[in-house]
Amino acid sequence: MNRPTTRLAAVNDFVVKFANVNGSGSASANGMFAKAILRMGVPVAARNIFPSNIQGLPTWYEVRVSEAGRLGRRGGVDLMVAMNPQTWDRDVAEVEPGGYLFYDCTKPLPAAKFRTDIETIGVPLTQICNGAYTEARQRQLFKNIIYVGALAWLIGIPPEVLEALVHEEFGAKPKLIQANLDALALGREAAASTLEPIGLRMRASDQVGDRIYVDGNNAAALGAVYGGATVCAWYPITPSTSLAEAFTAHCQKLRVDEETGEARFAIVQGEDEIASIGIVVGAGWNGARAFTCTSGPGISLMQEFVGLSYFAEIPAVIFDVQRGGPSTGMPTRTQQSDILLAAYASHGDTKHPLLFPEDPAECFEFAALAFDLADRLQTTIFVMLDLDIGMNEWLCRPFAWDDARRLDRGKVMTHAELEAGREFGRYLDVDGDGVAYRTLPGVHPGRGAYFTRGTSRDPYARYSEEGPVYVANMQRLLRKFETAKSLVPAPVIRPAKRRTPHGAIYFGSTTPAMHEALEALEGQGVHVDALRVRGFPFCGEVMAFIAAHETVFVIEQNRDAQLRTLVMVEGGVDPAKLEPVLGYDGSPITARFITDEILRRIRGHARTPVPQVAE
Amino acid sequence: MTYIAKPRLHHPLLAPNGLGFTRRDYEGKVSTLCAGCGHDSISAAIIQAAYDLDLPPHRLAKLSGIGCSSKTPDYFLGASHGFNSVHGRMPSVLTGANLANRDLIYLGVSGDGDSASIGLGQFAHSIRRGVNMTYIVENNGVYGLTKGQFSATSDPGSKSKRGVVNHDQSVDLVGLALQLGASFVARSFSGDKAQLVPLIQAALSHKGAAFIDVISPCVQFNNHLGSTKSFDYVREHNAAVNRLDIIEARDEITADYAPGEIEIVAQHDGSVLRLRKLAADYDPTDRVAALTQLQLHQARGEIITGLLFVDPDARDLHDNLGTVQKPLNQLEDRELIPGAAALAGINDSLR
Repeated sequence: MNRPTTRLAAVNDFVVKFANVNGSGSASANGMFAKAILRMGVPVAARNIFPSNIQGLPTWYEVRVSEAGRLGRRGGVDLMVAMNPQTWDRDVAEVEPGGYLFYDCTKPLPAAKFRTDIETIGVPLTQICNGAYTEARQRQLFKNIIYVGALAWLIGIPPEVLEALVHEEFGAKPKLIQANLDALALGREAAASTLEPIGLRMRASDQVGDRIYVDGNNAAALGAVYGGATVCAWYPITPSTSLAEAFTAHCQKLRVDEETGEARFAIVQGEDEIASIGIVVGAGWNGARAFTCTSGPGISLMQEFVGLSYFAEIPAVIFDVQRGGPSTGMPTRTQQSDILLAAYASHGDTKHPLLFPEDPAECFEFAALAFDLADRLQTTIFVMLDLDIGMNEWLCRPFAWDDARRLDRGKVMTHAELEAGREFGRYLDVDGDGVAYRTLPGVHPGRGAYFTRGTSRDPYARYSEEGPVYVANMQRLLRKFETAKSLVPAPVIRPAKRRTPHGAIYFGSTTPAMHEALEALEGQGVHVDALRVRGFPFCGEVMAFIAAHETVFVIEQNRDAQLRTLVMVEGGVDPAKLEPVLGYDGSPITARFITDEILRRIRGHARTPVPQVAE
Repeated sequence: MTYIAKPRLHHPLLAPNGLGFTRRDYEGKVSTLCAGCGHDSISAAIIQAAYDLDLPPHRLAKLSGIGCSSKTPDYFLGASHGFNSVHGRMPSVLTGANLANRDLIYLGVSGDGDSASIGLGQFAHSIRRGVNMTYIVENNGVYGLTKGQFSATSDPGSKSKRGVVNHDQSVDLVGLALQLGASFVARSFSGDKAQLVPLIQAALSHKGAAFIDVISPCVQFNNHLGSTKSFDYVREHNAAVNRLDIIEARDEITADYAPGEIEIVAQHDGSVLRLRKLAADYDPTDRVAALTQLQLHQARGEIITGLLFVDPDARDLHDNLGTVQKPLNQLEDRELIPGAAALAGINDSLR
């Protein structure tokens, strides 16, 4: 047992990382550990870093414990639970000086495998399991629960907190309850008999409040239910699959007729992403609220249909849970790298509204909003999640719904209006907002029918290949995009405490790390006004913010500074004014990285973007 | 390109159908296809079928992909909503439209390029899902709009207009439709309106995925000697296994037929298909036999036509999904939104 001269000491404020082998059953044990911290009233953020594989490859689970509610990735690890021999060396290297290394000491390891500046905590997990269990699978599964029991003792999670979670988890399977309680006790006793508590401590608090703990895909799926979506067509792709699965689960609970058992929804697993968006476009054309969920490779395949939705003006909603691409393109790692792909998707002159939720609470809100916007603007709305928001559970404010709220179906001309002789021109801009009235098939025996095409038609949907007719239509579509500026969520500004020439623009899952970075910068006397972009097209507020600062840092999780490009192109902003800060190694961006980059640029006047180095 | 509106005048003695519509009420714009194109005959057959069925035109939605055939929905049923979508993707758009409103009749019009090449996947999957639709392929074995390339339904050995011989095997959409579980499968010829019109009527009345492959010669690029999709070739090699005479439920069966000469099939919607047998041993309710007959005729160099298979009690996609009877696009807020109280419960479950 090595004991360094200085040990990290902290209460309710540290980072624990579990290094495991995937398929070993560690996920549920690690999840229980994170949830126990929540139950003690202490905010927590847990991030799963996993391979595109079912069994045998390395996987990590990083738990940020923060009484102060800093829930982005901090950077660095205070306590490493090293359960994977394959990644031992890099896992040990990642521990902060003075930090802790927890490992299975059944088999002795050479001294060279350890560091002298961190404390090593050995528990003979394999030996305990071999003594307590005969079946190989049991030895494997309960080893995870045993280390949770040991860790809980080491950092001060009371046994009853974990025991309550075991009862919740296995309520329907009493046999498993006792087995898990026994395993927790084995770990606790092993630690108590040979070890001492470490410097990282848990203390009960009341900082969680009424917040909920949920992943963004689940939240977005629920938002789709509340947004009135009835048709979902999708094709499996990590990291978006769980959104369609969650929508299915929510609908089965919330949208099945109690008397007849009939479904007030239709979910089709398409043969590919093209068919999925085709089904969405067909349903949208026919007046049902429809969506698909996918990731970058799927968006690539959907391009032609997205253009058709733009030109034929058909409502559609696409949830893009972003990752790296293509092929075996970091499929299980997070990125914000589809911004330009989505904004300008398809051929011809096209652009599409994008929504950027910061957390699962906004995933829910923006999902519901997206269906109103799609109907109101008669076009495709992209909701831009990423793997970090989509697949990790986040602590966020509870979902809220106003029962007085009505679905905004947009401009749909009714049977009564047609019957009364109201003029109908499918692409006629009667209100000056660029949005024309549509009719739904079957609406009226003699009026309102039209033939839907791409661009070759006039305001009355009659065939035309005339240049001026085409140009007039394209100009109207621009007017419609202008209308969208006032409909997408406005940005959120977080002013610095002092007047400053420095601004920062950020969006999506970067938010918690960004907020922590802003606090850290302020602590060092560096003041930065910050603006969180929540929607595209950018409204005047975004451009005014840029105009009001000398330098604006644009923080993104992609290589090419895609949001910066969008700001430059759409806002006519001088590129020299926009400093890219880019973290795109596939793991969520950290507060330390953002802080260091901004400090370096301000103090060192560096102009070159430096990528975040892989861990 | 369609920009010619038809004059609204029509003959005062044009007979109205049961709904009071005349045949003109089922027409569309003036066709801009080549004079003599087989596709125009199919459009005429669709108009006739809808008129004969007393179909309210606005209760039908017509969808297509891209190509000569996919232009035709503008030339019939002008009072119906239509959607000229993207190449090879009509089946998915139609599937979505059908999910949104199960109460309308869906007519998908496609071509051999649209369905057997770029859209083969969507063709297959819409059929295996049992989407309630009538799917017509206007099959001319050639790419017309791009001027004469072979399509995937060109038979091996057939010659292009420029004299090039096709060596690739052909895709037989009828065989695929049978294998994929289509519950109504027919083949016809654009030059045989008497056969085609009742088949379209029966397909429109059928619940489930109804597929009709209509050989429709391209007068411009595939009507020469050496083509197996020319008018002359199809006439000479057409082997009709049955004739569909009457399909309306209200008609009583009055004529006397010799035993074994007529097959009566009652469909789900109450319509009755009365099939006059031309091939004595052909049973159109036997999928396996239909596949065998298809292969036998093909081996003999014949083009089998007629109603090749029908399952009158087929399920459709909505049955499989268990969707509510009320169209999804007509559900009201209270039927869709679970409300704040339900959300409070969900919040509790996430703490």
